[in-house]
Amino acid sequence: MSQFTLTVNGKAHSVNVDPETPLLWILRDTLGLTGTKFGCGRGLCGACTILLDGEATRSCMTPVEYAVEMEITTIEGLSVDSKHSLQLAWIEEEVPQCGYCQSGQIMTAAALMKEKSHPTDEDINVAMRMNLCRCGTYQRIRRAIHKAAQVM
Amino acid sequence: MTITSKISRRDFLKVSSAAGAGLVLGFYLPYRDRLLAAETDSPLDFEPNAWLKIDTDGTTTIMVAKSEMGQGVMTSLPMIVAEELDIDWATVQMVQAPAHPKKYGSQNTSGSRSVRTSWEILRKAGATGRMMLIMAAAKKWNVGIKSCYSDKGTVVHRPSGRRFTYGELVNTASKIRIPSNVSLKNPDDFRIIGKSIPRIDTPSKVNGSALYCNDVKLPDMHYATVSRCPVFGGTVKHFNADATLQSNDVVDVFEIDRGVVVLAKSTWAAIKGKRLLNVTWDEGTNRDLSSKKITQLFNKRSEKKGAVGRKDGNVEKALELSHSTLQASYEVPFQAHATMEPMSCVADVHRDDCEIWVPTQGPQSAQKVVSKLTGFPLDKIKVNVTLLGGGFGRRAFNDFVTEAVQISKKAGKPVKLIWTREDDIHHDYYRPASKHILQGGFDNNKRLIAWSHRIIAPSIIFSEYITFPIPFKEKLDRVALHGAKDLPYTIPNILIDYKMANTAIPVGWWRSVYHSQNAFANECFLDELAESAGEDPFEFRLKLLSNSPRHANVLKLAANKSGWGNPLPQGHYQGISCHESFGSFVAQVAEISINEEKGVKVHRVVCAIDCGQVINPDTVEAQVESAIAYGLTATIKSKITIKNGRVRQSNFHNFKILRMDEMPQIDVHIVSSSESPGGVGEPGLPPIAPAVANAVFAATGKRIRKLPILPKDLKTI
Ligand code: FES
Ligand code: FES
Repeated sequence: MSQFTLTVNGKAHSVNVDPETPLLWILRDTLGLTGTKFGCGRGLCGACTILLDGEATRSCMTPVEYAVEMEITTIEGLSVDSKHSLQLAWIEEEVPQCGYCQSGQIMTAAALMKEKSHPTDEDINVAMRMNLCRCGTYQRIRRAIHKAAQVM
Repeated sequence: MTITSKISRRDFLKVSSAAGAGLVLGFYLPYRDRLLAAETDSPLDFEPNAWLKIDTDGTTTIMVAKSEMGQGVMTSLPMIVAEELDIDWATVQMVQAPAHPKKYGSQNTSGSRSVRTSWEILRKAGATGRMMLIMAAAKKWNVGIKSCYSDKGTVVHRPSGRRFTYGELVNTASKIRIPSNVSLKNPDDFRIIGKSIPRIDTPSKVNGSALYCNDVKLPDMHYATVSRCPVFGGTVKHFNADATLQSNDVVDVFEIDRGVVVLAKSTWAAIKGKRLLNVTWDEGTNRDLSSKKITQLFNKRSEKKGAVGRKDGNVEKALELSHSTLQASYEVPFQAHATMEPMSCVADVHRDDCEIWVPTQGPQSAQKVVSKLTGFPLDKIKVNVTLLGGGFGRRAFNDFVTEAVQISKKAGKPVKLIWTREDDIHHDYYRPASKHILQGGFDNNKRLIAWSHRIIAPSIIFSEYITFPIPFKEKLDRVALHGAKDLPYTIPNILIDYKMANTAIPVGWWRSVYHSQNAFANECFLDELAESAGEDPFEFRLKLLSNSPRHANVLKLAANKSGWGNPLPQGHYQGISCHESFGSFVAQVAEISINEEKGVKVHRVVCAIDCGQVINPDTVEAQVESAIAYGLTATIKSKITIKNGRVRQSNFHNFKILRMDEMPQIDVHIVSSSESPGGVGEPGLPPIAPAVANAVFAATGKRIRKLPILPKDLKTI
């Protein structure tokens, strides 16, 4: 077991974990931030997406060491009041169905919007194609991203 | 809906005696198409299974025992009550009930039937509540009932303009005898039903606060993974857990029925511990089973007649007399559910009671399973239904509940069982693979006079009891005929028969069940027949739908909205299909193009749906989009194959599902209708595979008779 200090949603946490533990499980089990989901454990689905220094990252594949001294943002920390333009657009477009993939979708979209405030359909395809949604909410995700871009 | 018409108010409604303050109306929601105890038993004995409660502050709580898995029941069911009760939607709360053996009737959430079976009763319950509140106001004012009316959560005395809120009336109302005669709203006056009311679960699903089973945490809870034999039916021979036990935070390793358990203090420790396990399996009798062998079995079974499911006229004779005939056979593979949230269950078994948290489509069957495992009576078993991270039929099975309870019992601790994605893909109850042999015959006026369809497939309902070799000659599985037997086309001679072909592969309900296979066969063959008759596939269908107006209507709508027959962009082609399932009628036109490397690209799907009275149009659209996306994975992306008795796929790299850049534009057109509501979770799925396959024919001249349609299948064109 080893000690690590992680900065999650602006707060420093000291954790004592098996150094092999992927960041995902530290967020979920150790810190109780369960908005980040487990879907595949192999970087294939995007359900576990978080921001590491603003970049969309698969937390299931991120060794804890790698995240030390980086700014970790989870869905819980995307906004203080759940009113990030993407969250509002997600509600307006009624995107979620089962909802399980949506934290990951929103975090990936947030990283995209930081790079491109007005993404094209092709930008959305490229950025979002690694985030799977078994409920097939893609059409609405696309609409919601465009909508959020309008108000930003 | 005829099924509820026999219920009188007194039979299905009662004021709860344990109400305390407020008005509590208990009522009964029926299950499937069967009527409730209330119809046969004395009305006095009847147990309500759903509640409507209005508090003195006007808050209205509706408790219904259906599971929310993304289909929107938590919103659509209360909408129906709120409409008839005439309240402000903002004051409504929905509570999901825990499992109870009797109290809530059936809690199964499947078959696209939540709204269908609840619709009329929810309306009557709401209307009765409203009537009682009006009666209470009339009593308090000492005026005639006719001079009072309801207005969004209040009752108004027309002549004087005086007004009571519902909250002010509930205590008086709760002492009133349930009226025997209430009238329902005229659908023209609906202000909630038929509107796209925002779903109540959405806000929690965009900020990470929605609680799924995987998120449940109890004091001293341990985490468990299970190593199961990859070969179906195999068992543990022996195992070496040395490395696992040395791994951080692993607490114990032991055996349960289905395999070897790693019990740990964190999820990661349990996952890692499982990777370090060394298990030697007794692979049993299925170790040589393969997709190839299953195909051979299907082929062999297909040679002889099956159990007859429908017989109109005399097909054999008609085929003999036909001027021309056509035969084709179609094959559909196994499919995995791959819900985004892998299976999981939290179990806490004590000395004489047990509590579980589970994302299930069948809370009561889960409760029974736990009772059997623990020996506890049902009332000592609490089943909490969490949100479901996808259901699609997979969570009607309780295999993961069994595992969790066995583990908690052995460990003497609360345990969260985690399945990895590999566990999920390897140990599903798969959509049955199937083979379909179709024959058609035309007379010399090119009139279609004969249709036969032989279905060769494993049976879901008999799969647990009957394995190959089948111990009797033929047995009809009516479920396997869904979508084949009810062929809507007017053809004088029809024969539908079924050959059971069970294998060791576990099979189960997969979104739309056998409709997905049967619609593919039907609607592809219809296209082949149209071609051989030299007719347009749309016109050909329409002519045969003269006795099926709702089918014909959606078909025309889809054709019309998609610009069927009009010029398309260069390289684009259309295919059409039409299918009814779960009480809803759907037609789709798929517009595709073909890329040598990438295979079929679906650009747009125009879908017309007649699902009767619509509760929430946006939910209907969302469910249709979802069903099409789900169906497209099975049409152009993935299949489950078997080799050496095990599933070859393991995760999303080889069980690929549809992605953002592959999602077509979907245009949904809903037929306005006052017919009883049909299902919406599944009916959008069956037509998509044949619509795409028919479009591929339009593009290439090649008939698709096997799914999925992969790039390599198109290369030879
Ligand atoms: S859980 Fe990390 S990508 Fe799927
Ligand atoms: S909303 Fe269910 S997986 Fe995306």
